[in-house]
Amino acid sequence: MSFDVPDDCHYLASHEWVRTDDGAARVGISDFAQDELGDVVFVELPDEGDELTAGEEFGVVESIKAVSDIYAPVSGTVTAVNDVLFDRPELVNEDPFGEGWMLELDLADESGLDELLDADAYRDQIE
Amino acid sequence: MTLRRPPLAGVYEGASLTDFGGWEMPVEFDSIRAEHTAVREAVGKFDVSHMGQVTVSGPDALELTQRLTTNDVAELAPGDAQYAGITDEDGRLIDDTVVYRLPAVSDDDYLFVPNAGHDGEMTERWASHLDRWGLAATVTNRTEEYAMIAVQGPDAETLLGAETALALGSLGRFEVASGAVAGVDALVARTGYTGEAGFEILCPAADAAAVWTALDCQPCGLGARDTLRLEMGFLLSGEEFHHRDEPRTPYEADIGWTVALDTEFVGRDALAAQARDGVDERLVGLELLDRGVPRHGYAVTDTEGEALGHVTSGTMSPTLGVPIALAYLPTEYAEPERSVEVVIRGEPKEARTRATPFIDR
Repeated sequence: MSFDVPDDCHYLASHEWVRTDDGAARVGISDFAQDELGDVVFVELPDEGDELTAGEEFGVVESIKAVSDIYAPVSGTVTAVNDVLFDRPELVNEDPFGEGWMLELDLADESGLDELLDADAYRDQIE
Repeated sequence: MTLRRPPLAGVYEGASLTDFGGWEMPVEFDSIRAEHTAVREAVGKFDVSHMGQVTVSGPDALELTQRLTTNDVAELAPGDAQYAGITDEDGRLIDDTVVYRLPAVSDDDYLFVPNAGHDGEMTERWASHLDRWGLAATVTNRTEEYAMIAVQGPDAETLLGAETALALGSLGRFEVASGAVAGVDALVARTGYTGEAGFEILCPAADAAAVWTALDCQPCGLGARDTLRLEMGFLLSGEEFHHRDEPRTPYEADIGWTVALDTEFVGRDALAAQARDGVDERLVGLELLDRGVPRHGYAVTDTEGEALGHVTSGTMSPTLGVPIALAYLPTEYAEPERSVEVVIRGEPKEARTRATPFIDR
């Protein structure tokens, strides 16, 4: 089975992705991760204004069969939360890199991105 | 330890697998939600070959099984089945099972189905009591010989009917008949674990692939089996009871109707006392009113935060779209609409007790 791994994202080994655009960073979980979890039924996310540190657990994704912590790929301040997921958690399954995004961060330091896997390295990990 | 592989393991493809009771079993083929919905609205098939199959035959087969299960085996005519507990001297559940009195064409008188991984222990239990009581019967563990396929859902009768000459319409609930399915000699029982109309088919392991393949419908894994049974409030061995980790009697587990106190069986006296005195705790249904998913082991408190009990199983109900759970709580919480809280990751979440089954079936 092949999974979607967009080239314009950076990845954590624990399957979170981050996509940056001019200092703002959008975060979610990968196609591989949503497939492993199965039907997502609940998402717990931080509040706007919360400060996250790279590697810190910031929320929870629950599927019918499993509970999974989610980790911040980079440090920053939460500027937006995708609250659509509270009513439609299935978007994480349907569109993990699009409508299933989880939060946006104002990056504390862009150099944190260098610590992450690029798309090729992440593909190697999940294959 | 090497996992036991069900005889159909080589037939189904693409399923994610897990260790369940020492068996390598499929969790999901497609998605739990899709499989669950197929069973509620149409039909799905399950490989349940991990369930034990133990036959008991001979002149004392009835007495032996009567004395080792809680229900009244003497009530069974050939072709009847019943649900029962298997209890220790203190009335605590070691296992739950379905006992079949086999149709007269078979050499074996009784067949009972212990839970996954319990077949060895239960065969030994029957054999050792046979000796202790000086009874005459033959106990045979046939788990490796037989495959078991469940076909469940409102369209199950139509689907299975196309593959067998058996008069399925006249087969009542908890009745079993023998006949060919897809050309394979089989036992067909109107039993199941989903709350839907459906059948369980027992056939030689070597021929099981022909039956599985002929039943052309959604394959379902243990994930959907769990959400379906939980919506019905059915017990899962190891969750709602476990001889060591969750020692519970049938009355506590809310299957007191399986206890025939007018028969003699191991644990009867303890259960008679409990029937007289009542139980302190009982398994009850819960619905979470806040967002979240209750899971096995989560604490349940009253609205003041005082500990009451714990969740044994929980999920997001695919049919209802709300989080549901089973929990052991003080008996006064057994009535519906009592306010409680489930503690999820340290946060109390509002919940209320609910009658089971959670869905109308």
